Amino acid sequence: MQRVRSHGVVVAGAALAAMALAITACSSSSTNGGSSSSLSGTLNGSGSTFQLIFQQTAIQSFKSVESGVTVNYGGGGSGKGRTDLAGNVVQYAGSDSPIPSDETANFKGKTVLYFPVIVGPITVSYNLSGVSSLKLDGPVIADLFQGHIKKWNDPAIAALNPGVKLPSTPVVIARRSDSSGTTANFSQFLVDSAPNWKLGSSSTISWPATSQGGNGNGGVAQIVKTTPGAVGYVDFADAKAAGLTYASVKNKDGNYIAPSVQSATTAADNATINPDLTFSAIWAPGAQSYPVTYQSWDLVYQKQSSANTTKMLKAYIGYLLGPGQQLLPGLNYAPLPASLDQKAKAQLDKIGS
Amino acid sequence: MTQQAGPPGTAGPARPLSQRRPFGDRTFQLITLGAGLLVLVILVLIAVTTTQQAAPWFSAEGWGIFGKTWNPATNQFGALAFIYGTAITSAIAVIMAVPVSVGIALLLTEVVPYRWARPIVYVIDLLAVVPSVVWGLWGILVFAPWIAKIYAHIASAVAGIPVLDDLFGSPTSGASFFTAGIILAFMITPIVTSLSREVIATVPAIDKEGAYALGATRLEMIQGAVWPHSKGGIVGAVLLGLGRAMGETIAAALVIGSSATITSHLFAPGDSMPAVIANQFGEASGTFRAALIGLGVLLFAFTIIINVIARAIVGRSAEQGSA
Repeated sequence: MQRVRSHGVVVAGAALAAMALAITACSSSSTNGGSSSSLSGTLNGSGSTFQLIFQQTAIQSFKSVESGVTVNYGGGGSGKGRTDLAGNVVQYAGSDSPIPSDETANFKGKTVLYFPVIVGPITVSYNLSGVSSLKLDGPVIADLFQGHIKKWNDPAIAALNPGVKLPSTPVVIARRSDSSGTTANFSQFLVDSAPNWKLGSSSTISWPATSQGGNGNGGVAQIVKTTPGAVGYVDFADAKAAGLTYASVKNKDGNYIAPSVQSATTAADNATINPDLTFSAIWAPGAQSYPVTYQSWDLVYQKQSSANTTKMLKAYIGYLLGPGQQLLPGLNYAPLPASLDQKAKAQLDKIGS
Repeated sequence: MTQQAGPPGTAGPARPLSQRRPFGDRTFQLITLGAGLLVLVILVLIAVTTTQQAAPWFSAEGWGIFGKTWNPATNQFGALAFIYGTAITSAIAVIMAVPVSVGIALLLTEVVPYRWARPIVYVIDLLAVVPSVVWGLWGILVFAPWIAKIYAHIASAVAGIPVLDDLFGSPTSGASFFTAGIILAFMITPIVTSLSREVIATVPAIDKEGAYALGATRLEMIQGAVWPHSKGGIVGAVLLGLGRAMGETIAAALVIGSSATITSHLFAPGDSMPAVIANQFGEASGTFRAALIGLGVLLFAFTIIINVIARAIVGRSAEQGSA
């Protein structure tokens, strides 16, 4: 019996080794594309769902430029994208925020390049019949979302909207049920603009218990659309798609600005850009800046293991920063301001060096 | 038989079959052994790596992992609200699903003839085939808006009545503990039904005939012959259903309302362990991420405990059945 058992271990070990060999053989064959003049191979990315529609559209049109390159972008959220990049599961990660301090250990010894690719406004959308335009400022939005303002005819709202007939409809807070970069950036706006905001900033906020959670921007838009008195923060593209009404928000310079592609690009143009191209367009100065504007980057390792991957990354990210930018307004996202776009394009040369 | 036991005068040392192992036989044994071990190895690896990844949470919070407050904005990661939500929603699911499931099982085995039972079984099994994301989407888009009005009516009816107001009073929301419980009840009905049916089917016909012979009605026969015999097995089936309800993720994530609150109000939004993992993992980092993985470890432990208990009960009752 003893003899039989030891045989078993050997055979099982051999089988496992064979399996492992087969798997590595498969994976290496898929990355070894031809490295002739025209590129071929596969690029994988994941992360930010804010970028998802843009990535999908850009991947489609990129096919006409480099037909040999297959680009895949799975959403999953910024956190997942960064984890995937750290684990070398993907070649680029979409992220709505720079790498947070508690994650820097995952990228130890590696230089990560930030390529800004997209900016967009977050709307404060509401559902009030008969009220087609509304002006709100940071402190009032904070009190709405903290549940301190219970009815729409609250004096604080009325003070900002002279001449508007406000109904006494109760306020229903619509917010995300999933964690989100939209939540992180919206709450960052409240931290920056409203001293009375007590709930902090994070991808998940402990909202008042009476609030209603929706999955994704679409889910929140759905709640706002179907619930009289609802107020929710919804990404501009989804607010447009759902036909929601949204408020003009008071910016740092004291002007009430409506969310639009133009006012978002202006906000990004007025934001302070760091040397590594990280920045925050939230609460940016400038007379025409929309104050709740957020941004997203594609994260790429500076040092690449293969020359082919380097070429493909340069081609694809270059496409996103070049012709890809023109796709954005049609999707109701905002393109990068020209100066930032130039800086990002200049940074492309660093990949692989 | 006695002749085969000791054939005398056989030439050569004939070894019994258990020692003579042809090559094919040995290979087959190894493959099956490997398949069995693989499952165990994967399970252990999952437990080890998730525990490892959750370590920052355990070390940062200590016993605070069972704290009341879950607020990523202030780095507080107490899991109690989710454990509470998991317990409440699965309890609602079990309370609703069990009478229905056992009822259907009795209907199929004791009441309707076999040829009618077959189509009913097919329909019940179809419920199990519906993907959980479909249950969730149906729940949030169709069921929740509809039942929200009923919740509101109930809440205004019970307003001011001591205990009922605490359980069914406002605040109410379409996406709530109760809605999640109902959806989970739909989802576990097939498994509880089919397990109960199998248990009940093992009741010896002679017991049932005996009960009838003593002049029992059908109900008395079920009470006297079927129930004592299958009690343990049905309890096990219920626990397996409970394990399933506890672990159900996407459907719960969509309909539970996603609010980390501990409240007696069943019509209010809440959250459960699998639901919070699904909802918040995408943007989580650092301790937040570790805490979500840690919730998975806790859930893993809870479901293993429930399943072990369930198997033990089912196994014991099966032994009793065959004895």
